[in-house]
Amino acid sequence: MELYQRTIHELHNMLKKGETTSVAITDSVLKRIDAVEGKVKSYITVTADIARAQAEAADKRIKAGDTSSPLLGIPIAIKDNMCTEGIATTCASKILGNFVPPYNATVVAKLKQAGSVLCGKPNMDEFAMGSSTENSGYFITRNPWDLDRIPGGSSGGSAAAVAADECIGSLGSDTGGSIRQPAACCGVVGLKPTYGRVSRFGLVAFASSLDQIGPLTKDVTDTALLMNVIAGHDPKDSTSADIPAPDFTKALKKDMKGLRVGLPKEYFIEGMDPQVDKAVREAVRTLEALGAKVSDVSLPHTKYAVATYYILATSEASSNLARYDGVKYGYRAASPKDLLDMYMRSRDEGFGPEVKRRIMLGTYALSAGYYEAYYKKGQQARTLIKRDFDEAFKTVDLIATPTAPTAAFKIGEKSADPLQMYLSDIFTISVNLAGIPGISLPCGFTAENLPIGLQVLGRNFDEESIIHAAYAYEQATEWHTRKPTL
Amino acid sequence: MKYEAVIGLEVHAQLQTNTKIFCGCETRFGEDANTRTCPVCIGMPGVLPVLNRKAVEYIVKTGLATHCTINPSSRFARKNYFYPDLPKGYQISQYELPVCEHGYVEIVADGKVKRVGLTRIHLEEDAGKNLHQAEGGASLVDLNRAGTPLMEIVSEPDIRTPEEASEYLKKLRSILRYIEVSDADMEKGNFRCDANVSIRPTGSTEFGTRAEIKNVNSFKFVQKAIEYEIKRQAQILDEGGRVVQETRLFDSSKGVTFSMRSKEEAHDYRYFPEPDLVPVVVSRETVEQIAKTIPELPDAKRTRFVQDYGLPEYDADMLTQSRALAAYFEEATKRSNQPKVVSNWMMGELMRLMNAEGKEIEDCPIMPERLAGMIKMIGEGVISTKIAKTVFEEMYKSGKDAETVVKEQGLVQVSDTGAIESIIDEVIKANPAQASDYKAGKEKLFGFFVGQVMKASKGKANPDMVNQLLKKKLSE
Repeated sequence: MELYQRTIHELHNMLKKGETTSVAITDSVLKRIDAVEGKVKSYITVTADIARAQAEAADKRIKAGDTSSPLLGIPIAIKDNMCTEGIATTCASKILGNFVPPYNATVVAKLKQAGSVLCGKPNMDEFAMGSSTENSGYFITRNPWDLDRIPGGSSGGSAAAVAADECIGSLGSDTGGSIRQPAACCGVVGLKPTYGRVSRFGLVAFASSLDQIGPLTKDVTDTALLMNVIAGHDPKDSTSADIPAPDFTKALKKDMKGLRVGLPKEYFIEGMDPQVDKAVREAVRTLEALGAKVSDVSLPHTKYAVATYYILATSEASSNLARYDGVKYGYRAASPKDLLDMYMRSRDEGFGPEVKRRIMLGTYALSAGYYEAYYKKGQQARTLIKRDFDEAFKTVDLIATPTAPTAAFKIGEKSADPLQMYLSDIFTISVNLAGIPGISLPCGFTAENLPIGLQVLGRNFDEESIIHAAYAYEQATEWHTRKPTL
Repeated sequence: MKYEAVIGLEVHAQLQTNTKIFCGCETRFGEDANTRTCPVCIGMPGVLPVLNRKAVEYIVKTGLATHCTINPSSRFARKNYFYPDLPKGYQISQYELPVCEHGYVEIVADGKVKRVGLTRIHLEEDAGKNLHQAEGGASLVDLNRAGTPLMEIVSEPDIRTPEEASEYLKKLRSILRYIEVSDADMEKGNFRCDANVSIRPTGSTEFGTRAEIKNVNSFKFVQKAIEYEIKRQAQILDEGGRVVQETRLFDSSKGVTFSMRSKEEAHDYRYFPEPDLVPVVVSRETVEQIAKTIPELPDAKRTRFVQDYGLPEYDADMLTQSRALAAYFEEATKRSNQPKVVSNWMMGELMRLMNAEGKEIEDCPIMPERLAGMIKMIGEGVISTKIAKTVFEEMYKSGKDAETVVKEQGLVQVSDTGAIESIIDEVIKANPAQASDYKAGKEKLFGFFVGQVMKASKGKANPDMVNQLLKKKLSE
């Protein structure tokens, strides 16, 4: 087995025993990138030189006997919407094409502190707006399982890089499913933590009340290890929760005894790929066999989730993206006539079509005369959706659903129809509106050998129960061990 | 037709915190452009605001000092608009739920105390500054000021005259200075005022259409701008026209307001709750703690000065404009026991000399105990009130005490009967015609003789004695 194929915990054990070095691991990953990147195109930036330097530093620490950090010397990719000091952070947008942040996002600083190795900045939908990574301002990332298909989005590069072994683990961000849906499409594990669990400082904002950073990994153990590094209160983020983060590896238990799992009837809908339906129901039977008590629950306001999301997320986005005006940094149109011309052309030339569409939607929803009918209504609907989950979690500890209604679709298949594209997130969006945590992990394959994702949701700040269930399921199945052929 | 003006004022006061409202940058000014900035206050991607708790303390203090309700939970909101000096493309402000509501400020108008209601006081961040280069047409942006904490203080439309507007602003400034939350210096731009002005037929209770006059930068100009605006609107109505709702600017050189933009062109700010900040929670305990730090305020002091020292409202109002002025008065009064005399000297000679130099009471070269010393010398008849003016000026110039000045310049009052009599004799001798006219019944000439005697004594003769002795001598 090649080093690049291994997980964080496997490599950590090898490093501890002196069986390998961070430089060897990093070289292995960089070679893998060289070999497959032409096909997959996961990365906007590969930081080979920085990775080697960090690997050497990690080896020094290990040599000095410091092996306490499980991330020490491990190559991690960080989605290109998290600020990395001195390294381009583009959000896959032309408007930030020349932007090099003078500061690190809190998660980046924490990973650095933990001694991990930054191997690159993966591709994404521009400003995290999309479900296929086709909205990148630079190029399309391909699904390692089928290069004609999308890797999901918006963290498509982060998911594809993990699936293609172009990194050992990665960070993504999830506003409406952007970690979980690509994880499902690429057959990896992706966790969206509770809103407020992980600092958003340095994460380029799409929709501030929904955005959350989380790990994409090869297995659930690695999810717990990465969560141990990135979770916790950050005084630089007022919305980060001031509650201590637990040791998530303590939740890695092999049975499901005592856990109650609910199946929301609203999530098993017509139009869903029968193969997905079957795989998820099979997965639920496995959970039951592991000791879980399964029952039906209802989330009656689910039908409003997509509409609510596209009002609230676009409203916040329209404001969050106002700062890209060509004045201070980023793209500025050449020789503008006057101020208005500079604003309009810089934004017209710098933003892609989906970003513009969402800015317009959000601007409209917040406008005088429409605010009550759209934004305010949206906030009210959001409260109802949140209450649905509160109700459901009175009788169950976890909720199991499919992550997406279909496996990865073909490149170009939905890009002409934004509404069809928005429906890819139909099972993930409510979770962001409610703020609760959710994981996607592989639970089977379609006849075309495409991964299918099982989504497990938990109560606010109860990522432990999610990790517990996901780990038990993973240990009882072999889906996570399958690799795409590249 | 007779009209009544309805005026409401919006004041932006800069809070004197050490650091900006949402980041750790210093709030110092006069530094090189863009040196007091960080990724947060220049709106770089991914950064987040963190609220300066001192700003909250200051606004709560202001709310308590102006009788406001302090909301236990309030919210920030985004006010969206594009401008180069606004780095995020939105200003973090408060909209639906401000920190303070429903307060009032008392002013003295026409010798009477009047209450001006406060609708709300909220927190917000300041923008930066655009610098337009004269040559070449380039515009530059300085973001040192971006993120400086401001309070917006919105009054009810309770103000009726330009003078009341000016009194209101002075009182507000005085309160902010008393509680040390803002230096409220209008010239430095730390205290800015927008005025909403409308007029209606006297006796009517409906509101007319208002014009908003933006960013007037001195008390005098606020008064002038409102005066002009009232006249302008009255003329429009008298000619059968309609006042347009619009934003206007004041041209201080011409003394006129002019249209900036009409309501149709007005911005749609698309306010919505700021998702990057949690609600501002102010507990009852916090409010109580802050309340303990509030000193005696101008209104309470004014009432006390009237009651305890027997001062007229006008004197009391003037002397309580600043804490230092009031403290000066109390100290001088304590040592002289003559409150009205102290007040007269302070509001007369002292203010005249200091205003001429643009000095504040804190820089006054005459200490209150020295003013008291001089007042005592008048009371004891050592110097006359007239001579005291000369002494006072010399004290102000040299910083010496009254006794030294009097001694050095030989200004002691002459109260010696013999000395005064001999001066009188000489004056009568030098003016024989006037003396005989007086004796013949031209009594008006008495004043002439007093003047001549005082002049001959270089003003040092005790005026009472001069009167008494002159009468005697002229009737001999």
